[in-house]
Amino acid sequence: MKENFTDVEFMICQAARIVEDQSTVFVGYGMPQIAIILAQRLYAPGIVQVYEYGAIGPEVATPFRRNMMADARNSYRSYCWTTMNWMIFHAQSGFIDYGMLGAAQIDPYGNINSTMIGGTYERPGKRFTGSGGGNEVASLCWKTILLMEHEKRRFLPKIDFITSPGYLDGTPEARERVGLPRGTGPYRVITSKAIFDFPAETRKMRLIAVREGLTPEDVINDMGFKPDVAEKIGTLEPPRKEELQLLREVIDPDRVVIGRTKL
Amino acid sequence: MEVIASGEGEVRLWDIDEVREWKAQKKTRKLQDKVMTEQEAVSQFVHDGDYISYDLSSMVRGPMSLEREIVRQKKKNLWIAAKFTLLDTSILVGGGCVSKIDVGFAGLGRPLFKAIEEGRIKTIDWSNGTLALRHLAGAMGVPFLPTRALGGTDTFRRSGAKQIKEPFTGKIITIVPAVFPDVAIIHVNQCDKYGNARVFGPSISPVETAMASRRVIISTEEIIPTEEIKRNPGLTTIPYYLVDAVVYAPWGGHPGTCPGYYTYDAENLDEFFSAQNDEDMQKYLQKYVFSVKNHFEYLELIGIEKLMKLKEKETIKEGYHP
Repeated sequence: MKENFTDVEFMICQAARIVEDQSTVFVGYGMPQIAIILAQRLYAPGIVQVYEYGAIGPEVATPFRRNMMADARNSYRSYCWTTMNWMIFHAQSGFIDYGMLGAAQIDPYGNINSTMIGGTYERPGKRFTGSGGGNEVASLCWKTILLMEHEKRRFLPKIDFITSPGYLDGTPEARERVGLPRGTGPYRVITSKAIFDFPAETRKMRLIAVREGLTPEDVINDMGFKPDVAEKIGTLEPPRKEELQLLREVIDPDRVVIGRTKL
Repeated sequence: MEVIASGEGEVRLWDIDEVREWKAQKKTRKLQDKVMTEQEAVSQFVHDGDYISYDLSSMVRGPMSLEREIVRQKKKNLWIAAKFTLLDTSILVGGGCVSKIDVGFAGLGRPLFKAIEEGRIKTIDWSNGTLALRHLAGAMGVPFLPTRALGGTDTFRRSGAKQIKEPFTGKIITIVPAVFPDVAIIHVNQCDKYGNARVFGPSISPVETAMASRRVIISTEEIIPTEEIKRNPGLTTIPYYLVDAVVYAPWGGHPGTCPGYYTYDAENLDEFFSAQNDEDMQKYLQKYVFSVKNHFEYLELIGIEKLMKLKEKETIKEGYHP
C-alpha cells in the first residue's frame, strides 16, 4: 500500500500530538526540531522549547532551513538566551519535563546508540556523531521521547554502543545505581509503525499502538527483538491534512527533514 | 573518596596550581593593544600538540577564519574539545592538524568519519554537556565537577569520567575532570582593541572556554572603542585580561552564519558537504584555504556581492544589536 506521506512525516505528527501544552521540552537535533514546531503551531501553543545551545522558549522561524541549530531563526523570539551549562543545569535540577531525541539503534530497555556501529571502538565500521547533548537529555529530563525509523536493524537485543541511557539492564533502580536522577527515563518510542511505552514493572519496551492498517505482528516482525505487547492496542491515526499542509507548506517546504527516509 | 567506576578514555590532566601560576606570570593585566593579524595570532599562540577549544560551531558564529589559518599554517597533532561542533573538526582533520578528538558532537562530513573509521584519528567520547562542564571546572580553577548525566553508558566507559560515592550523602555521582586548553579560539560580535569582548545571542560556553584556557584568540566582526564598552559593561562577555590576541575578522564565521549579522552560505556549505573522501576535502581546502593568503583575500574570493547578499538575507536582527 502506497501512503501519501513519508515515514518521517508520520513520526513527526505522532510526536507533535504527544507532548503536553505548557510543558518544557529539551529538543534534540533534526527530527525533534520539526516535531516541536508542529506541536507548537497546532496543539501546544504554550510549549516551551529548550535547546542545548541556550535558547529557552523560542518561536522558531519557518521555513526551517537546512539542519541548523543555534542560528537566528532557531532562536527567534525566545524568553531567555543563556548557555549550555545553564541549559543542562535546568534539566538536572528538574525543570525540563520532556526530552526528544532520535537515534540509530535502540534496545529493549530504551538505551540508544548514536555513536558507532560495527568494528571496534578504535576502528568503528561506521562512525556517527556521538552523544551531542543526547546523553544529558536522556539522563536528566523527566520523560524522554525517542524517535526511531522502524527497521529490524535498528531494534536490537543488544546495541553496538550505549550512547545515552534508557533503563540500562532493566532491573529496578538501574538508573539510580549509576547516579542518574530518580524518576527519569524513556517515556515513549515513536516509530514509523508504532508507539511503545516502558511499564514501571518491567522497564521493557511494550507495544501500545500501531499505525492504522498494520497489525501488531507486522510491527514485531520488523524488530530484532520481541517487545512486550499491551492487552489493548491502540490505532495511530495517519498524518492529518492540516498537519501535512503545515509541514509541507510552512515548516519544511525544502523537505530538509520530512523528505528524508533515513536518520 | 571511593572510586566506584572509571572511564577508560585518555584524559589530559593539568596541575591546577601550575595553571594558576602560569596565568599569574604569563597573562598580562596591562591594558595593551592586542590587535594583530590571524597569521600573527595563530603562529604565536597555537602550537603543534596543543589542546584546543572553540566556542559554538562552524555553522553559527564559529571562528572559521582562525580555523582556516590553523590549516594554512599546517599545525599538527592538535587535541580538540568538540563540545558543539559541525564542520570544525572536518576542516581541521582534513587539514591534517588533528590527532585526538574529545567528542561531544564529533562533527559532520563523510571524510571526518572515514578518518575515525580508519583509525587515523583517536576519539574519546564524552557528551556536549560534560565537555562544557569540564570547561566550567577549568574556568573555576578546580580539578573536577559532578554531573548526574553520563552514568551507565558506553559513553561513560569511553570517557575519562569517574564515579564516586560522594562524601555528604553517600550517593553515587559522576565526576568529570577540568580542561585547561592550551588555546581557545572564539569568534565574537564586538571587541575593543584590548580584548573586552561581546557575544550576542545564545551560545555554548564562551566565558568558560575563555577563562579555562591559557591563551585566548578572539576574532571579531567589529572592533569598537573602549568607551563604547564602558558605556554598557553589562554587555561584556569576556574581559580583556583573559585575551591574548584580537583579530579583526568581519564575516569571520563564513560559510556559517553570525546571527543577526549574516546568514550562512548555502552554496559553500553544499560544496563542503559534497566532499565524500579526502581527495574532495583537499580540493575544498585548496580552493578556500591554501589559494588565499589571509582572511581578507578569502573574502575577496567569496566576493562582495555574495557577502552583501548573505547580510541582506539575515532578516532577524532582534537581540543581536543591543
